Amino acid sequence: MSHPFSVQGNGFAAGGTNRREFIKIITMAAASVGLTSSAATRIAEAAARGLKPSVIWLHFQACTGCTESLLRTSHPAIAELILDLISLDYNETLCAAAGHQAEDALQKAMAENAGKYVCIVEGAIPTKDHGIYCKIAGRTAVDLVTEVADKAGAIIAIGSCASWGGIPSADPNPTGATGAPMVLKGKTVVTIPGCPANPYNLLGTVLQFVTLKTLPELDEQGRPKWAYGRPIHEDCPRRAHFDAGRFAQKFGDEGHRQGYCLYKLGCKGPATHANCSLLHFGETDTWPIGIGHPCVGCTEQKIAFRVPIHTTIDIDRPTPPDTYPPIHAQQGHVSTVGAGVAGVVCGALLGAGWMASKKLTGGEGEQKQAPDRKEG
Amino acid sequence: MNGQTLVHSPVGGKLMTGPFKVLLAVAGIGAIVALYRFFLGLGAVSSLNDGYPWGIWIAFDVVVGTALGCGGYAVALLVYILNRGKYHPLVRPAVLTSLLGYGFATLAVTIDLGRFWSLWKVAILFWRWTHSPQLEVALCVAAYNLVLLVELSPALFEKWRSSPSTSLRAWSERGLRFVDRGLVWILALGILLPTMHQSSLGTMMLLPGPQMHPLWFTPWLPFLFLWNSIVIGYAVVVLEASFSAAVFGRRRETAMLTSLSSVAAWVALCWVAFRLVEVAVAGKLPLVASATGIAFLAEVLLATAGAAILLSQERRARPMWQVRAAILLLLAGALFRVNTYMVAFSPGPQWSYFPALPELLITFGIVAFEVVLYIVAVKTLPILGGAAPAAAQR
Amino acid sequence: MSLNRRSLLKVIATGGVAATASSNTAAAAPEHRVAPAGAMGMLYDTTLCIGCKTCVVACKQANDRQPDPGPWESEKLYDAPMDLNADTKNIIKLYHEGDVRSYFKAQCMHCVDPACSSACMLGSLHKDEVTGIVSYNPYYCVGCRYCQIACPFNVPKFEFNKASPKIVKCELCRHRVKEAATVVGGFTRYPPGQGPACCEVCPRQAVIYGKRDELLAEAKRRIAENPGRYCQDRIYGETEVGGTQVLYLSHVPFEKLGLPEFGDRPIPEAAYTVQDGIYWRLPFVAPVALYSVLAAVMIRNRRAETGMSEKEATP
Repeated sequence: MSHPFSVQGNGFAAGGTNRREFIKIITMAAASVGLTSSAATRIAEAAARGLKPSVIWLHFQACTGCTESLLRTSHPAIAELILDLISLDYNETLCAAAGHQAEDALQKAMAENAGKYVCIVEGAIPTKDHGIYCKIAGRTAVDLVTEVADKAGAIIAIGSCASWGGIPSADPNPTGATGAPMVLKGKTVVTIPGCPANPYNLLGTVLQFVTLKTLPELDEQGRPKWAYGRPIHEDCPRRAHFDAGRFAQKFGDEGHRQGYCLYKLGCKGPATHANCSLLHFGETDTWPIGIGHPCVGCTEQKIAFRVPIHTTIDIDRPTPPDTYPPIHAQQGHVSTVGAGVAGVVCGALLGAGWMASKKLTGGEGEQKQAPDRKEG
Repeated sequence: MNGQTLVHSPVGGKLMTGPFKVLLAVAGIGAIVALYRFFLGLGAVSSLNDGYPWGIWIAFDVVVGTALGCGGYAVALLVYILNRGKYHPLVRPAVLTSLLGYGFATLAVTIDLGRFWSLWKVAILFWRWTHSPQLEVALCVAAYNLVLLVELSPALFEKWRSSPSTSLRAWSERGLRFVDRGLVWILALGILLPTMHQSSLGTMMLLPGPQMHPLWFTPWLPFLFLWNSIVIGYAVVVLEASFSAAVFGRRRETAMLTSLSSVAAWVALCWVAFRLVEVAVAGKLPLVASATGIAFLAEVLLATAGAAILLSQERRARPMWQVRAAILLLLAGALFRVNTYMVAFSPGPQWSYFPALPELLITFGIVAFEVVLYIVAVKTLPILGGAAPAAAQR
Repeated sequence: MSLNRRSLLKVIATGGVAATASSNTAAAAPEHRVAPAGAMGMLYDTTLCIGCKTCVVACKQANDRQPDPGPWESEKLYDAPMDLNADTKNIIKLYHEGDVRSYFKAQCMHCVDPACSSACMLGSLHKDEVTGIVSYNPYYCVGCRYCQIACPFNVPKFEFNKASPKIVKCELCRHRVKEAATVVGGFTRYPPGQGPACCEVCPRQAVIYGKRDELLAEAKRRIAENPGRYCQDRIYGETEVGGTQVLYLSHVPFEKLGLPEFGDRPIPEAAYTVQDGIYWRLPFVAPVALYSVLAAVMIRNRRAETGMSEKEATP
């Protein structure tokens, strides 16, 4: 078959890399996700020994974009690496088998690797009406994911759909689509949101689990902090333009052509946690802002498919701009109304007193006030 | 001393006259704005800022306000220390004016303080007492308010002495006896306390040091403030006596005020002389020829003008000139204090301040309220000297 | 026998003048306060600062202050305070005249003899006996703002726009300190995350912290090793206003940066020579003495009047 991958018992064949290149690539990949070169050697050795952890990859309400994104990595052949490092025992997109054969493979992998396999979830899980809106082999997604996750050693939700519901969960959310963590309550679910997720984020997480047997530090939404700890805005190459107040106001205008900040065009960078600005996509270093389109916030549940793409958002934690206050900045102002009123009243009182004193007749024994004065 | 017996009586008469209602309205507006201030913070009603954190509420309502309340102090010095008993009739109204002046200065402080609810800690938490000059002012003013209340209590007791309630009559008799017995100790306190805090008001503005204009930055500032408070005290007594005589139909003690004005003139001249000598000796005279120097000149010239009027015997005897001179002296004294706190103090050229309208409304309200209470007190309590003439009962 | 009025006036006047005068002269050379042995401070070197403002951001985060939209009020995109204020404890300013540029980091100077704490009635602003940090405790604050009047550097700011306002100023991030300091690279430092946030994030070490003595030594070393680099070969804060715990090295005149030539006299001295002279040098003797004199005079006057009618003796 023309498909580059085919099921061969315990794994896929790596396509055409020799051992030195293999080590080099592994080292690069490890470094890019923060693991040391010694870890890289351990990965290579473990892989060579054939100790590959089992991975069960579930698809639900998905477009398969995350899988495709993973497969499109080719320089280096990360996809191949992953598939060399792990034993992908179940993946509906990639497996050649179908029907009962595929399901048997799933059950076998679960039984043989109970407590050790990595369960990767792609796509949202519908929960409305007992979850009937996504059924595979007659079983609802909810049931499937609960069963598979139950005996998993690690659970990773890839993509925004699996992380929090993604596009199927957009209003009015007719199927009650939700993410894996919401269905698998009580379990630690690593979420790798994005639409699609950056494949290197998955790579880093898997590498760490495979070599160090630990999961990366996660934030309160289960996202690896090393990838989702900072908003796009903090590491955006166009940040200098933002700080200096240089914005593209319309698509195609001079500012847009000059590569100015896309905030006014609706960039969600300031509120979106991801590492797209550092780790681009597709090996051609492309990423949305890089090609002149504002970030749509695809990793954030509050933004993606909720806030219109070209609507400006508030800056959560403003930072100083590219200007400096002078040593002595003008402050305070004189209220002209205040000055006027004060002058009038004080002048009137003093003047009245001064003039009224004329009416005071002098001398001892003088009684009473001037005849036209009222009682005080 | 003359052989006449000293009698005080309430003025009586209708309270809610036209002018009274106007004053009440002004006070009411001030109260509403003050409410605003308490709920929304100082910035919502004033132009106070980090460069000029003190504005008219401090510089005028408190610093000048307490000086306006030094009438009692100035007269007490004359009557009880220098034993000039002929000024006795001026004492009680002066004490009332003092109590109002200090009481409302305290109110102004409470409005101005950002965290006024902690004010009680100043009196109680004595183990934390620092040597801050402002602490001295705060404690002294608080104590002086009480002393003034005690000094004025005889007026209250005299009124209650003829009350239908027997217990109230008994209590007021006891009160009068108590005050009479402890009079010397109370009066001595009533002279000591203003001496202390009026001078400390001056000491307070020594702390900003480099931010003070040299024309006002002198170690003699406490002395200048003290002397200045006595000048203002006499001016206030003259104005208050003239006002109440003209408005309430009591006998105007013109002769007494004539000699009082003479004292005031000399006290004012001494102040002017000291001020000029101090500036000259310290080599600061060239600074007078500047924009800020105009403020200095205004203080000095107004005081001199006021004193000059009173040096002429002929003018001194005429109520019109007594009042006009008092206005000038009052203006000069108030200007000195406002200058020290707001003109001489300069945090830097980038800062500016002028009171905002709501800020002014609160000040006007406080002053109006003071006058309202004065009128109420004078009409209902035996404050002013002289028997209530039968014909005057309206 | 009644006291002669003229002589009495003379006595009182000269007494008052003498008291004030003696308080000035009795001062003689007062002992200036010195920094405590463990005084902590900061050293800011304008020749190293690149104006990145990371210290401004770090300070806001460490102290949980609100952003200040500054001149961009309508857009609220930036945190752009124009000066220290109730939301800004630390700021970078720019001095730019012709070809001469310098950044300037402004915050509390933590003076050795602070004017603000000497102004404070109940010691809400208080200089720590060990670290010398001038800290603020809102419990004792009445919001009188005398500290703002007193500070020559115009540091304490007030929350004028709050109904429950506080004074706001740098406190050297003392709220972050959890463990003891140790000496690291010649400077006394807390574990990371516990020292002043501005110093910890500065990418050029333009501002560093440590004990004042260590910083002075470091500053002197820099001056010695780089002749001609620093203006007047001088450390601002070594002796100015009696010494400050935040020290400055600059390549432009300090005046231009907003650090005036205040001289070496501590700020509180002017007021305190008078205040302490009158009240505290001989604790409360002057007021008590005056009270006694006043009471004595009045009793004497009253006795002289005995024989006059009752009514006249009553006020």
